[in-house]
Amino acid sequence: MDWATIFENGLKAGIRPEAAYFALAAIGLNIHFGYTGLLNFGQAGFMAMGAYGLAIPVFAYGWPWWIGVFFGLLAAVLFAVLLGVPTLRLRADYLAIVTIAAAEIIRFIFRATDLREITGGSNGINGFSSGFFDLNPFSGTINIGPFDFTAREMWVMIVGWGLVLIGIGLTYLMIESPWGRVLKAVREDEDAARALGKNAYSMKMQSLIIGGLFGALAGMILALSQGSVQPSPTDLGPPKTFFAYAALILGGTGRLWGPVIGSIMFIALLAFTDNLLRQAQAADYIPEEIITGTEVGVIRFVLLGVGLMILMLYRPQGLFGDKREMAFDV
Amino acid sequence: MSDGGSQAAVSSDEKPASTPGSAKPDAILLVDGIRRSFGGLVAVDVDHLEFQRNRITALIGPNGAGKTTFFNLITGFDTPDAGTWTYDGRDMGSLPAHEVALNGMVRTFQLTKALSRLTVMENMKLGAQQQRGENLFRSFNHRGWKRQEAEIEARADALLERFKMDHMRDEFAGTLSGGQRKLLEMARALMTEPAIIMLDEPMAGVNPALTQSLLGHVKELRDEGRTVIFVEHDMDVVRDISDWVVVMAEGRIIAEGTHEEIGANTQVIDAYLGRHHDSTLTIDDDNPFLDQPDGSSSESAESQD
Repeated sequence: MDWATIFENGLKAGIRPEAAYFALAAIGLNIHFGYTGLLNFGQAGFMAMGAYGLAIPVFAYGWPWWIGVFFGLLAAVLFAVLLGVPTLRLRADYLAIVTIAAAEIIRFIFRATDLREITGGSNGINGFSSGFFDLNPFSGTINIGPFDFTAREMWVMIVGWGLVLIGIGLTYLMIESPWGRVLKAVREDEDAARALGKNAYSMKMQSLIIGGLFGALAGMILALSQGSVQPSPTDLGPPKTFFAYAALILGGTGRLWGPVIGSIMFIALLAFTDNLLRQAQAADYIPEEIITGTEVGVIRFVLLGVGLMILMLYRPQGLFGDKREMAFDV
Repeated sequence: MSDGGSQAAVSSDEKPASTPGSAKPDAILLVDGIRRSFGGLVAVDVDHLEFQRNRITALIGPNGAGKTTFFNLITGFDTPDAGTWTYDGRDMGSLPAHEVALNGMVRTFQLTKALSRLTVMENMKLGAQQQRGENLFRSFNHRGWKRQEAEIEARADALLERFKMDHMRDEFAGTLSGGQRKLLEMARALMTEPAIIMLDEPMAGVNPALTQSLLGHVKELRDEGRTVIFVEHDMDVVRDISDWVVVMAEGRIIAEGTHEEIGANTQVIDAYLGRHHDSTLTIDDDNPFLDQPDGSSSESAESQD
């Protein structure tokens, strides 16, 4: 077994665009769930808004790509308002139900055959990203330490992680302010916040919009890194939302760097176990009767799930959480 | 803070009439025809009620009298079926809860709502009104609200010291004891600088030693010029601090007056103990509870007699 390659591939995955867009999505969920207590199960819907908002103006109307960025963000705001108006006055669990349903409805609308001219139907949209890659200052293969990246990958990484850093900076400024204090008060007890003259409904709406904008940015990085937008469950379906949640919980909810570190570790661990299992199989440490090659992709999720369970048992606050916060019932 | 002071304060004005819904000199809160029913149960049905400015008014009544519902209604946490109420001449009927608080009418809760995963200091700062940094767009510019934040923190520190909570300043509120949470909630409400403070059972579950200091704090509130309305079950507490007592039963105001008057009011005693609490249990023809609809069982009752 080639341990060097296993570790190398794991680490490399942790900095590739996939980790960056998970980090963005998880930053959004951290604002929703970690700071405001909103159970948004439809982050994939916000990602779809970003991805399709970016791709549709180029694909269907031939507009420049940066107009797509504007449309993607605008669509996320509208989606947040649409979800928030009926549900934010209700109990928290209603938001969870409505968001997961709305995100799926959005995905099915995007893949509808009747909209093929605009959304590409079930084939999705390809070839909308050339405007973005025209700005790429890199060419050939870029070498960072032991890792090789293509120029395209490098460009998406720079933009993606740049957005992550800007996102963390903005989150810090927002959360470490009186505004962030009111947000946390709403998370702890809405009625108490109201009794002190804080408009809890407005705070939740603001949170839903801001977190949704991060979701849209994640969707754009996802679309750019793949060069295509697909309305498939694995790309923009519920699994994306729940992987982002897993990453957030791994890192620590309600912590500034929790979603970023969590995403890097989540993606790195997936790649690590994948490489480990494949190599172990190739070296006949694991006989073909127990795990076949095609099963590796599933088994790594099983292992990761077990890992998360162990984490929850021994470190429920996540890697970055504050243990004191778990000491009393909330 | 002393009883002498309170007596002097009350006697400086004309004493209001001791009838339900009586007019008060300088009333700060006027409630008219407020009604709330849950299905067939009428929880609150108050024709008219006035609260006098700068007084401690106790709202008492047996369990299920509708005291907390009444609190919820006038603070915007619940919507009445009918009724109007004005605070300082302003109609408050359609205001949501947070705007009621912004207008200077702040409440606490029967089940204390400490914000567990915020520190005591953060809890306190939350009470301050008109914070620049609570606007999303201004929150980014930390220099824009730092000075106000420092002022708020100084005020919070002073209040914590007054409530003898300063040693808990940086602890999570979730680690406080029940009594300390009551103190924190009251101190936090004071951060809003309310004109009326409404306390829902402020002494429930607080140990007797702490009760004394809480009572002192409540009297201080009045001496600062605030109006206090509180719900309480403990009659010793009511006797000790209230200038005026309002009695509710089955959603209605059944009596008003000073605590001496209320203590002698037979209607109030009946409401608490039942109308027949002092009559011996005998079977007679007048007893409506034993009157049977059909003649036969009534006869059998007589024959037993």
